[in-house]
Amino acid sequence: MVDFLAQYLGSVWLAGTLWALVQVVLVLTVVMISVAFFTWLERKESARIQDRLGPTRVGGRFGWLQPVADGLKLLMKEDLIPAAADRVLFRAAPYVSFCAAFTVFVALPVASGWVALRLDAGVFFVLAVAGLEVLGVVLAGYASGSKWSLFGAMREAAQVVSYEVPLALSAVVPVMVAGSIDPVTIGDLQAGGFWNWLVFHDPFTFAAFFVYFTCAVASVNRAPFDLPEAESELVAGFMTEYSGFRWSVFFMAEYASMLAVSFLAAILFLGAWHGPLPLVAGVYAVLGIPAGHPLAIFVAQLAGAGVFLVKGYLGVATMIWLRWTLPRLRIDQVMTMCLKYCLPLSAAMFLGAAVWLYAFPAGVTSQLLGPGAAATEAAGSPPAVAGRTALAEGGR
Amino acid sequence: MALEGASTDVRRAPSPEVPLGAEVRSETIAGPQATVGQAGGPEADRPSAPLASQGKPVEVAEFDVRTDEILVNMGPQHPSTHGVLRLVLRTDGEVVLEVTPHIGYLHRCAEKIGENVTARQWIPYTDRMDYLAGMNMNLGFALAVEKLLQIEVPEKGRHLRVLIAELNRIASHLVAAGTYGLDLGSFTPFMYCFRERERILDLFELVCGARLTYSYITVGGVTADLPPGWLQKCESFLDQFEPVIDELHVLLTSQAVFIRRTAGIGILPAETAIQYGCSGPVLRGSGVNWDLRRDGEPIYTRMYEGYRWEVIAQTDGRYPQDHPYPPVPKGAVLGDSWHRFYVRMLEVVQSVGLVRQAIEKYSRARGPVGEPIKQSQKLPKAEAYLETEAPKGQMGFLVVGDGTPVPRRCRARSSSFCNLSVLSELCRGCLVADVPAILGSLDIVLGEVDR
Repeated sequence: MVDFLAQYLGSVWLAGTLWALVQVVLVLTVVMISVAFFTWLERKESARIQDRLGPTRVGGRFGWLQPVADGLKLLMKEDLIPAAADRVLFRAAPYVSFCAAFTVFVALPVASGWVALRLDAGVFFVLAVAGLEVLGVVLAGYASGSKWSLFGAMREAAQVVSYEVPLALSAVVPVMVAGSIDPVTIGDLQAGGFWNWLVFHDPFTFAAFFVYFTCAVASVNRAPFDLPEAESELVAGFMTEYSGFRWSVFFMAEYASMLAVSFLAAILFLGAWHGPLPLVAGVYAVLGIPAGHPLAIFVAQLAGAGVFLVKGYLGVATMIWLRWTLPRLRIDQVMTMCLKYCLPLSAAMFLGAAVWLYAFPAGVTSQLLGPGAAATEAAGSPPAVAGRTALAEGGR
Repeated sequence: MALEGASTDVRRAPSPEVPLGAEVRSETIAGPQATVGQAGGPEADRPSAPLASQGKPVEVAEFDVRTDEILVNMGPQHPSTHGVLRLVLRTDGEVVLEVTPHIGYLHRCAEKIGENVTARQWIPYTDRMDYLAGMNMNLGFALAVEKLLQIEVPEKGRHLRVLIAELNRIASHLVAAGTYGLDLGSFTPFMYCFRERERILDLFELVCGARLTYSYITVGGVTADLPPGWLQKCESFLDQFEPVIDELHVLLTSQAVFIRRTAGIGILPAETAIQYGCSGPVLRGSGVNWDLRRDGEPIYTRMYEGYRWEVIAQTDGRYPQDHPYPPVPKGAVLGDSWHRFYVRMLEVVQSVGLVRQAIEKYSRARGPVGEPIKQSQKLPKAEAYLETEAPKGQMGFLVVGDGTPVPRRCRARSSSFCNLSVLSELCRGCLVADVPAILGSLDIVLGEVDR
């Protein structure tokens, strides 16, 4: 793409910058719209769970424009900074969280080859940058100049940093099974039907998915781990002194990280951009469309991107569902859960998956269904064929 | 046992008892019986510290690292203090060393006003004490004045009073359960409880025109009989309500996270409960089998004669088995917050049974429901004190008459006041996050505490 643009612009540097800007705008747009959608989804889903309706007035019967109304309201609120607050840090803290939460999407692919920044260590990048969000939270808690905010920030720091360990450990299980830490490669490997998804590869990866999801919920501070925002105890934890636009920045950062960990779960476990059944390949075969045609590939990847977004959204919807069902765990119970349950469990899953790979190097699926299973590929993913045989050869 | 090292400006936070600049010694704030928390900081799921009031010698744990204590203020504006209550927590990090409740924000001089209005005119003031159970408040005061005047409400009126009072007990316990879940982070059972409570309030609106401050049960009877068709509506409400109780058990009583947050937290031994004057589910949750509907004064227990119901308290290690109640989980200790909550949930089922029986008895009874006394009715020169079993505990009313229609003194003995007084005992050594859990299990309402 950069070369294509450079032909017209005459300078590779200019073309590269322009293309990077376009990608960033695309990523930001998609994520911002998703975040706005999630505010609507949270209100509707929580309302339905609680036997209410939710927004029904703004924008028709389903309240589609409610996020717009909410955003406008927040922009128009008074800009309050407490007298005891550290002014510079107070102002900067939301943006630190925001940047950390949004930068993650740069390395997450939405379809084969469709990624803003193709990194060999993409999964590692995602986990590392997502961990920077806690810096903004601690800054906010400290800079607010209030004991309650400080309480919330300290709890959050302890919780998020502790849960990153089992999170990373359970994320490493599918990485080990796939043999690559590049999310594009991991996604390509799961082509075909849902039986090729890494979550169904072996029971240890299956369990690792649930451990991953639990730790993901904990590291984005959603109930039942939402002590830093515990409404009934600390008013709003580290966010108590924030109002208006600054608060909405924190809010957006939280939803963006929820989406990011859901996307990562989809890539690592749930088949990334592949649907449960190889429908696109089937349709192409029935209609006689050549699978290698650029437009066919483009449409297939677009469909894949749509599937990927749906998976991410389902993950977020599940987190919302959990929030409105379960009560909150106390901080020492949160830490116990991390150190006594999630961490040993994820370590055990890692060990189990390693043993499994040693015992079944070719993968159970291809042993059960025969080498022909690897031949039914989705259209438009030649790298997937190579990746599949790589897995069949032991994935090393 | 001085607590040196604490920063003095924090300890001199202005409060009515400690003037600014006073030499603050640890004994005056902590009292001679304070224990200095549990060494080792927060441990997972351990019960509260043993109560110093049991006469054991005070132990002072020496820490290697000197950490300062901080005074944290919860309220009066706070989402989970159940009203305008100010709690001053003295904490060492996350561990609470002492809780001092400051009350009086909702004091409205009800008892003083009682000296200036007639008995029937004071009924609305009783509504506003425990405003979640207005009917029971009205009933308590009406019975006290009836005891003073030695008048008797006819049988139909007694059954009607049981019906209304037990329905309001259900409503009050629904609020208690819902807001308790809300304090712990469960937003959904709160909505379910309030949805059911709305139906009860609709029934009450049909009866007396008001949803919260009823002034319905008055001295001598009730202000008006039930409207036609009301009994059917009440029965249909009860029919659709019983499955909801099971839903609430799934969402709260048997829910693993809820149990982890409440089991073993805020353990109240039976003797301490009795010493502090606790009553109601707080007392019965500690295993004391005492309910004024069975054990109270004859003028009150006569109302419940002939009804089949069980007092919900753990006797011989078992709760009443007349229903498929959820089992007691392993971590729950008698007297902890979970048991207090469990007693309330079981009492709801008992109240449903009582309402059904009252509907049947009321329909079969003949005669008037009771005529309210005249406003000019003179009160004899005597006094009468009567305690009734309100949803939150034993609510007592003293009426002193002096020959005129206006009483010389009206006194309300509030159940929440005594239940709240045990808070600082219960919270010693717990974590900050346990304070709403314990406070919610005591189920106080500030209108009653402050009057």
